[in-house]
Amino acid sequence: MSEQKVIEIEVLRYLPESDQAPRSEVYKVPFTDDMSVLQGAQYIKDHFDGSLTFRWSCRMAICGSCGMMINGIPKLSCETFIRDYYPNRITIEALANFPIEKDLVVDLSGFIEKLEAIQPYIIPKEPRTVEQGEYIQTPAQFAEYIQFTSCINCTLCYAACPQVGLNPEFIGPAAIALAHRYNMDSRDGGQAQRMELLASEDGVYNCSAVGYCSEVCPKHVDPGNAVNINKINAAKDYFLRFLSPKGGAK
Amino acid sequence: MDGWWKKNPFYVEYMVHEATALFVAAYAIVLLVGLVRLGQGLEAWTGWLEAMKSPLSIVFHLALLVAIAYHALTWFKLFPLTMPPIVVNGKRVEPNVVVSTGWTAAIIASLALLGIVWRIAA
Amino acid sequence: MKTRKRSNAPVFWGLFGAGGMLAALFGPMLVFITGVAVPLGLILPAGAMDYPKMLAFSQNFIGKGFIFAVISLFMWHAAHRIFHSLHEIGIHAGFGCKLLTYGVALVGTVVSAVVLLGIGF
Repeated sequence: MSEQKVIEIEVLRYLPESDQAPRSEVYKVPFTDDMSVLQGAQYIKDHFDGSLTFRWSCRMAICGSCGMMINGIPKLSCETFIRDYYPNRITIEALANFPIEKDLVVDLSGFIEKLEAIQPYIIPKEPRTVEQGEYIQTPAQFAEYIQFTSCINCTLCYAACPQVGLNPEFIGPAAIALAHRYNMDSRDGGQAQRMELLASEDGVYNCSAVGYCSEVCPKHVDPGNAVNINKINAAKDYFLRFLSPKGGAK
Repeated sequence: MDGWWKKNPFYVEYMVHEATALFVAAYAIVLLVGLVRLGQGLEAWTGWLEAMKSPLSIVFHLALLVAIAYHALTWFKLFPLTMPPIVVNGKRVEPNVVVSTGWTAAIIASLALLGIVWRIAA
Repeated sequence: MKTRKRSNAPVFWGLFGAGGMLAALFGPMLVFITGVAVPLGLILPAGAMDYPKMLAFSQNFIGKGFIFAVISLFMWHAAHRIFHSLHEIGIHAGFGCKLLTYGVALVGTVVSAVVLLGIGF
């Protein structure tokens, strides 16, 4: 049997009851090749310090709750493996650009407000009664938005976006990608309502096309593309509102 | 957020391609000065042309050339991010095809420009 | 719900995009022609940018339009990027930054328009 390998994991700790500011602590964690960084954190919690706090649930990159900065890069800790860092030290920190609540747990309330604000549900073009039957959609219409339904709200893209860091009011990549998902849905008629938000000062033009959001997205949603497509849409709305009888967003 | 862009090579590249704007601005100012000199007549224009021949100017323009070529390179490289997907015959055009089409367009446009200038000059 | 103001960015973003596209398509070759090839007498026929030729070019509708588009749009493109970069490196001096970037682009646009109109048709 080979010798037990041990990796150093440096954790950004913050206990609001006792800490004035976040601080680092290093733990020596024995690991096996099949262990994720999340399991490393769980090992620390089980063996060294039960107060270490972090979010996790599914352990298979679908719940979107275990995102953290791993050596400065936003990643899902459940699908990031310790072996890929060994023998170097791993540093884990709370996701960037969010207020820290405790240790690796960030305050997502601002993100939730943004998600709600884009009205992430179908606003029917013409409401149908049960008697009228279901909304029909062709595979081609489905293909228009399917990519943007894959978002798991892990917020890695917010941690990757310097513009979110510079302006916390910016609606941000995931929420705009979700707005785009509904705007592109043939059953939806809420484009004008969402445009008010997308075309606003907190909207798409905060983006400067860094593109790192799409790079870190674990589900290949490409939120950066959704944001940039909506710059074009918002520009059309801006210039054509004088021509359209209904007018654009206010 | 201080120094955020130094923390990741991805951000560093972003800042470098954003910084090409300084060179684009410098070149626009060179041309603007040239245009003003042209408006002032033969002597002023000839003076500007002579100034463009100084070794310092040549070196400066070589730097502009590199920076603005990098702008062109990255401008099209970002197309899969910044442009809506292009669908041909019901299939989405691959991102790398979009990028190389952009680069090809830039090469064709440049050669066309050179050709036109040649014809006018000859 | 919070009320939000509509952004006027489409104007500046549009100019940025147009200038960026123009610079990407023609920028490197323009620099090569005006800054390297003509001064050093490379490739192009001698006297390619001599006064009578440039005067005629700038009096031609297409030539005038091209000169105006290149100078003004390059400036708006650069202004927009530099304005954002200033914000990104922590300089948020609102009006001052706008004056330094968009203000310069506006002056450049007006000057080139005035000169081009003055050159006549």
